[in-house]
Parts: sequence; C-alpha cells; structure tokens
Amino acid sequence: MEFEHREAPFLSPQVSVSSLMLQVLAALIPAAMAHVWYFGPGFILNLLVAAVFAATGEALMLSLRSRKPASGLTDYSALVTAALLAFALPSLTPWWVTATGALFAVVVAKHLYGGLGFNMFNPAMAGYVVILVAFPMHLNLWVAPSMGDLDYQHLSILETLTFTLTGSLPDGVLFDAVSRATPLDVMKSGLNNARTVAEIRAAPIMGSFGGRGWEWIGNFTAIGGFWLLAKKVIRWHIPVGVGLGLLFPATIMYMIEPGSAASPGFHLFGGATILCAFFIATDPVSAATSPKGRLIYGLGIGFLIYCIRRWGSYADGVAFAVLLMNIAVPTIDYLTRPHIIGHNKNSGSGESDV
Amino acid sequence: MSAPTYDLGTLHGGLRLPANKSVSTRQPIINAPLPSQLVLPITQHVGDPAQPIIGIGERVLKGQLIAEMTGSLGAPVHASSSGKVIAIEPRPVSRRNGDNAPCIIIECDGKDEAIQAADAMPNFTEISPSSLLRAILQGGIVGLGGAVFPTAQKLMQARTCDIDQLLLNGVECESYISCDDMLMRERAGQVISGAQILMHALEIDKCLIAIESDKPEAIRALGGVLGEMDDSRITLKQVPTIYPSGGEDQLVQLVTNREVPSGGLPSDVGCLVQNVGTAAAIHDWIIDNQPLIARITTITGDGVANPINVRARIGTTIEDVITLAGGYTDRARQLIIGGPMTGKSVTTDRVPLVKSTNCILVSSETPSAEPEMPCIRCGDCASVCPVQLLPQQLFWYACADNEIKLREFGLIDCIECGCCDLVCPSHIPLTVNFRVAKGRIRELADEKARAVRARQRFEARNDRLEREKSERECELRNQKDLAKKAGPSAIAEILKRKQQKNEDDS
Repeated sequence: MEFEHREAPFLSPQVSVSSLMLQVLAALIPAAMAHVWYFGPGFILNLLVAAVFAATGEALMLSLRSRKPASGLTDYSALVTAALLAFALPSLTPWWVTATGALFAVVVAKHLYGGLGFNMFNPAMAGYVVILVAFPMHLNLWVAPSMGDLDYQHLSILETLTFTLTGSLPDGVLFDAVSRATPLDVMKSGLNNARTVAEIRAAPIMGSFGGRGWEWIGNFTAIGGFWLLAKKVIRWHIPVGVGLGLLFPATIMYMIEPGSAASPGFHLFGGATILCAFFIATDPVSAATSPKGRLIYGLGIGFLIYCIRRWGSYADGVAFAVLLMNIAVPTIDYLTRPHIIGHNKNSGSGESDV
Repeated sequence: MSAPTYDLGTLHGGLRLPANKSVSTRQPIINAPLPSQLVLPITQHVGDPAQPIIGIGERVLKGQLIAEMTGSLGAPVHASSSGKVIAIEPRPVSRRNGDNAPCIIIECDGKDEAIQAADAMPNFTEISPSSLLRAILQGGIVGLGGAVFPTAQKLMQARTCDIDQLLLNGVECESYISCDDMLMRERAGQVISGAQILMHALEIDKCLIAIESDKPEAIRALGGVLGEMDDSRITLKQVPTIYPSGGEDQLVQLVTNREVPSGGLPSDVGCLVQNVGTAAAIHDWIIDNQPLIARITTITGDGVANPINVRARIGTTIEDVITLAGGYTDRARQLIIGGPMTGKSVTTDRVPLVKSTNCILVSSETPSAEPEMPCIRCGDCASVCPVQLLPQQLFWYACADNEIKLREFGLIDCIECGCCDLVCPSHIPLTVNFRVAKGRIRELADEKARAVRARQRFEARNDRLEREKSERECELRNQKDLAKKAGPSAIAEILKRKQQKNEDDS
C-alpha cells in the first residue's frame, strides 16, 4: 500500500492565532458591558467605527502588499486592535477621530512595519496617541458615569449616534452639561492647583479607589483578564509586572507625601491600568518574549505610567508607557536570553562549542 | 513495590502528549510468524555499512553472520532465519526516505534452523570486561531506542570516561509507542540481567532504571524481579510522564540533575544511557547466544484494526506484520516509522522492519488545514523547549539564513523533539525549518573547510613560487658578488671577451 509523505511531527497544533484573538475579544465582553452600562451606548458606536475602519485598512493594506485579504482578516487581530482603541475613547467621539486612530493603527503602525507579527509598536496605542495629539479636545472629555445619584444629563442612543456622525450635540444641550473630566484629569488639575489629594477625592465622581464607575469597569476588565490567564492565552508576567511597576513607586510616594500623591489604589483602579495590564501590554507581537523579559517589560510600563501620571502633562500615561517600552523590547529580549541547556553558565549562553 | 520519585532534577518545558498507549497494551506480545522473505539492510546502525560475506544462492542459518562490521564504527548483521540468499540489491528502506539502500534478501525455508551456537557466556562475571565488550560487538547489538548507535562502541567510548552510573531508559515518552513498556512487563528478568552484564562490562556498580509514572505494570514487574534477585546496585526510578523526558540528554538531566554539555555525550557527566530493549538484547546474546535478529515493535494508530505489540524477525516487511494487527482500516492515511513526534513518514509498506523500528504508526491524521501565519512572538515555543532555546528567534534567523546568529542561539543544540511545532498558534513548521537550517550550516561548514583547504593550497603555491624566485635572485646576486670580488680587471676581461666574440660572429 502507498502512503502520503509528511515531515515530523505528525500531530497538529491545537491552537491558532484566530482562536487566541477570539478569546481576547471574548475576554473583553464583561468590560465592554460595564463600559456601556456606565458610559452609554457611545462605546458600541466607537467600536463599530473602529472595527469597520480597521478591517478596511487591513484589507486595503493586504491587497496592496499582494496578500490574500481573507487570510489576514480571519485572524481577527485587526478587530482586537479596534476593540482596544474603542476602550480608550470617550463614548462621545466623532467618527472621524475614531477612524483616524483605527486607520493609523492598522495602516501605519501595523502594516508599514510588515504586518501581523512584525509591528514594533502596539498598533492600538500608536493609533490612540496619534488622535490624542491631533484631537486633544475630543479625547479629554468623557460623559459622566451613570451612577444614579450623579445627576447629569444623559444622551439617548439616537442623540449619541448623531454626535458620532456629526460631532454636534442636540439643540440646547451644552457639552459641559453632559461631560465631565475623568478622575485622573480631576486629580491632575487639582494637584496642579495646589489642592490636597483628600480635597480632590471629596469630589462626587471619586469612588472608593479610583473614579466611580471607572473602578467597576476595572473590575470587569480584570474578570476577563483572569479568564485569559486561566486559559493560558496570556501569562502572569506582564500583568504582574505592570501592577508592581506602578504600585511600587505609587506606594513609596504615597507614604512620603500623602497630601500630594494619590493612593496606590487610585492608580490601580484609575484610568486604563487594568486594561493595560491584561490586554494592552500583553500584545505578544510588541512585547518582550522571555518570561524574565516580560516581567521587566511590564515593570517598565507600570513605572512609566506612574511617572507620566505624576510628573507628565498627560492625565494618563498608558499609551506612552507602552510605546516607550516597545522601543526597549529588542534590548530586553537580547539581555534576557535563557541559558541554553548544555552551555556553560559562566561563559554566557551565546558561546557554542561546535 | 513502587519506584521512588524523589531526588529528580528538573526538565524545562516539554509537553503532556495524549498517551494513546493502552490500545496496544491490551494483549500480550505476539510472536510474528516467519515471513516468506527477509529483507536485511546492511546499514541498520550509525556508522559504516556492514560488508556482506555470503554469496547469492548460499544457504544461511538463523543467527549466522551474513554481513560483517567494517570501519571503526558499525555493527554486523545476522540472518534472522534459515534460508537461501536470493539477492543482494537496493530495496526501499525506512531510514532514507524515497531512497533505496543495499539489502540482503533471504528466501526463508521455514525450518528456522539455528547455526551451531558459539559459546554462550552465562558466567559472564568470570570474563574480563574487555572480552565481554568484544563479545557484545559480535552480536550486532545497537541502541534500540531509535538512535541505533552501535552498543559495543558506545560502551568502549564510555570506558575511556569517568563513568559512575548506568541509566537504563524505560521512558517511552512518545505517544502510541508501548514496545518498551511491554518488554519490561513480560521480559523484566532479561532487562535486569542485561543491566548486570552492562555494569560488569563498564566496571561500575550503580544502575538506575528510569520508568515513566504511567507504566505501573512495568514498574511492578521490574520491582518483582529486583526483589527476587536482591541486587542492591540496581534501583528503579519513576519519572514524570512528560515528553521528551526519554531523550538521552533530557533523561540524564531529569534523573541525575547533570547537564550534558553542548556537543558532548552523557559520558562527559559520568552517565551511560542504554535503552531497556538494548539491555534485553545484550542478555539474549551473552546468555542465550542469540544475536539481534528480532525485536518488539508496536503496531498501532487508528489506521490499523487491532493495535498490538509483536516480536518480529528483523527483515520482515511492514506489509507482513500489519496483517497481525488486523490490517489497515479505511482511515489509514500515513505510515510512520517511530512515534508521531519524531518518526519518519514512509510512502510504501514494502520496507523492512529493522533494528530501529520501535513503532509502526498508521495514522489517519491529515495535514492541518490551518494556513501558516506569521509568528506573533507569543513565546510558547520557548516555554516548551526542553533545551531552553528560543525557537521564534531561531526561526527568524533561519529565514534570514544568518549562520552566526543561528549558532549563537544554539541551533545545533536543538534536539528536534517537535514540541515547539505543537504549541505554535501560527502553525509554523519550526522543526522542519530547523532541520533544513542545520543542513545548511553543515554545508556551509563543509564549504568553509573546502575554502580553507583551497586557500592553504594557494598560499603554499605562492610561498613556493616566492621561494623559488628568491632563490634565483640569490643565485644571481651571488654570481654578481663573485664578479665584483674578482675586481675591475676581471670585468674588463669579460667585456673584452664578449666584444671579441661579437666581432667573430660578424
């Protein structure tokens, strides 16, 4: 009898890039639901706009690079980029802002660097930083979280849609009436105005740790993150690194000057820390690869987030911290190569005897 | 008796593979009937091919030497049964795929008549270790775990090193394969006896038999024999069921916590590893005077009806033994010699079962439908690599053909276990890439060596020309010096002579 020829190993992998990406997307569902609950349906609109433009950019670039668009789109990586970008945007964001971010992320940050697997920078964060710099007004004002007792005007789905499409609010509604600065913004401007942390934290938008609503989104994000850890889609090194890298300086500064340094809890639950730890920094393509390297990479991101929040001019520093550490990845990888079994530990892992 | 598990080293990475072993261990080992024809390749081992010493048409007996060892590394081949040599010709074999290799073809007469036995050595302890080694060399015994390194030469090499323990490898870590498990269950006595012969030959008194935790019957059987024999030199050691803990270097690391140096051998760290099947084969030869003419092979996979273990004569074709496992099922797609991780796929079942054939796996598995994607640097390959390599980096450098980086990142240390392939979400055939890259590195090294030789030849020629030139110049100078020494009157005389000659000519 005759048989086909193949090369060993004859067992096939049980994982695939698309299944990993789908699991990441699934893990974002609790956070997305919390987001919609607290900040209204704008998130869904942003997600749709980001997804459409990311997918279009992906298909366009793939065909320009003479690749099959179908193979690139079915890995769902563009959707993950779109989702992470959507999480970073205020629920009231005009579509062209979102589209600019999504297109920059996929076209420039991803495909101009060689596409999936070759991008040096986290595409979602690169896209976000571009619109943060280009449209600062649109990205700094978030609607107030709907917490029942916080009595702000809320927009209906139709009004949100109108804003997303046209960038204008219904007649008679002022932007100030629906939007509030984020807790991190309030903290930053408060401290700049020489108020104490205790005074700032007395504001109604502040919760037990971070901002009200925000901290609950953080909890739901963490649920998805722990699920990813349990499914071994991500490993513990980066989330732990980000957490420690942020909490360590935060704790020290809080102990030194509790009046002008926000508590470690505020930093952990404020802004995008938890999303960053589990979903943004864990993008394998732009992260370090070895376990030790990933811990260092995470620590660096956490530390930079703290530095930017405390001493920088931006309220949150996640995107900048991630991009800065992306630059450091090749060096981290080189310096954290594991010891190859059978090579003398003292002579370095690089030397070979043959 | 349960084997202890304490005091183990650690193995980095590895995989828990689906075992798929119980299907083939339900029945005891079946003795395969004599085939009508035996196909015996003259190369069933690492080293030089054996040299046939019989003529076509000659009658041979079971156990008769038909091809003798040549060169410094090799093993002889014996007739697996009695019959007539009908041809010595190239036939398809499993070791070199697609290629034919020279084989001795014997038409069996069915009498299975054995050759007059040379002296068996049941009292091997009275023989000197070096004569014991010479005896083992005659038995055609090679490493039966799959590497088929000639056993006698391995032992001789080990005796030049400072060996303190013998490791018997009963860790059958690949999926599906169960021949060593069945051997240990049914022939535990022979395994232990083989270990005693090996210890005597190596002049050591420590032997560890490593068995995976998923083989309780084998542990019981060996434990029982050890209890009866009361040989305190031999201990059983249970190791966790993780692929590839049965790799030679990996086993040494796991059991003794010693790292075999890159490019080195276990003997460099005081260990000698032998497969349990090899130990039993040594017993068969030294005590029972039967050379290596049969082996236990697992015939399994969802491509055969009734997976089993058979003890078949070396040289039986796979076609013949498949019938013992109930023949092929409709799902048979692939014929793999060895396990699903490191085996070799062959395109025809008319290849012979040879000394290395530990498993015949008939699989229904078809290539993955998932396309190969770019590496997303997830690092899962590095986390399963038992040698702690960075397969994603190696792949990158292999694509770029960057020889320096490939060496720096330890490509040559890759044991081709295939773990990285199995966890790669991008479905990149990493192991194949590494095999190809290793081949290229070897080619480059050969090319470099050739270039160095060429350069040396060129430089030698240049040197010679230079030398000859300077010698000529030196001579000329000497003549001039002589002339100078003779003074101006002599020069004038020479010139005058020359002038005279010119005038005469005209």
